[in-house]
Amino acid sequence: MNETNKMKLTYDVVSGDFDRAGEASSAIKRLLQRLGIPADIIRRIAIGTYEAEMNVIIHAGGGVVMAEISPESTIIVVTDKGPGIPDIEQAKQEGWSTAPDYIRQMGFGAGMGLPNMIKCSDRIDIASEVNEGTKITMEFKHADKV
Amino acid sequence: MKLQKIVEALDLMVATKNADLGAEVSGGYASDLLSNVMGQAKTDMLWITMQGHQNIAAVAALLGLSAVIVAGGSHVEKDALEKAERNSVVILTTDLPAYEVIGRIYALGVKNEI
Ligand SMILES: Nc1ncnc2c1ncn2[C@@H]1O[C@H](COP(=O)(O)OP(=O)(O)O)[C@@H](O)[C@H]1O
Ligand SMILES: [Mg+2]
Repeated sequence: MNETNKMKLTYDVVSGDFDRAGEASSAIKRLLQRLGIPADIIRRIAIGTYEAEMNVIIHAGGGVVMAEISPESTIIVVTDKGPGIPDIEQAKQEGWSTAPDYIRQMGFGAGMGLPNMIKCSDRIDIASEVNEGTKITMEFKHADKV
Repeated sequence: MKLQKIVEALDLMVATKNADLGAEVSGGYASDLLSNVMGQAKTDMLWITMQGHQNIAAVAALLGLSAVIVAGGSHVEKDALEKAERNSVVILTTDLPAYEVIGRIYALGVKNEI
């Protein structure tokens, strides 16, 4: 990747579409592999992006996954115009989930998505307005955490 | 240990077409909660689960797992197999209960560094 290069990619995520669930995360992962980003960092990006992507599919009625890749870092921005999160502190608690039963039967809804995003990323910002939507911004530095 | 050896020792069914059983297995993780697997399973691990829907293929591909073992005779959906094949994910099935699967693999010497 050229020093001045910044790549920006956008993927639409469709509500309830488990056929294509994870495709945005997979595409970003493949691109980062081609760019030669270290495997352990790609792994963290893949986990964080997948959790945010699944939340949009499950909780938000669809949205957009955006990746901004520069030589130093990958920034993932996941936005939706869904119901929003009334209490972000509560949503961040491990085990807190409002997922319906049929979603839980598939093994989602363990309430570990946001905790995983927080653990995997170097920086996270969760912005949400009830009835307006949610915007999750995660930054992953391409050099290892110290 | 090579995946092939585990498949033979436990007589696992290889459910995905064109599966490459040459992968080196680094350990294992057992859970039916996808976010738990996402957060805990490491690259090249085996994943033992009762889930048989297509999201297991996405999780295994993103984490780079060596294979998914769907235990207890749990049904693997057709679109799960298709998604797995497209992403070079190996899905193995068995009627053995998860406890038995894990015990036998552990006895073969596949252990995690904890
Ligand atoms: N994009 C979103 N839109 C609306 N609500 C959300 C969104 N993301 C997360 N939430 C809320 O936060 C809760 C916790 O999310 P998470 O930690 O990923 O767990 P889970 O997805 O397993 O429920 C969800 O159950 C849901 O109530
Ligand atoms: Mg979630």
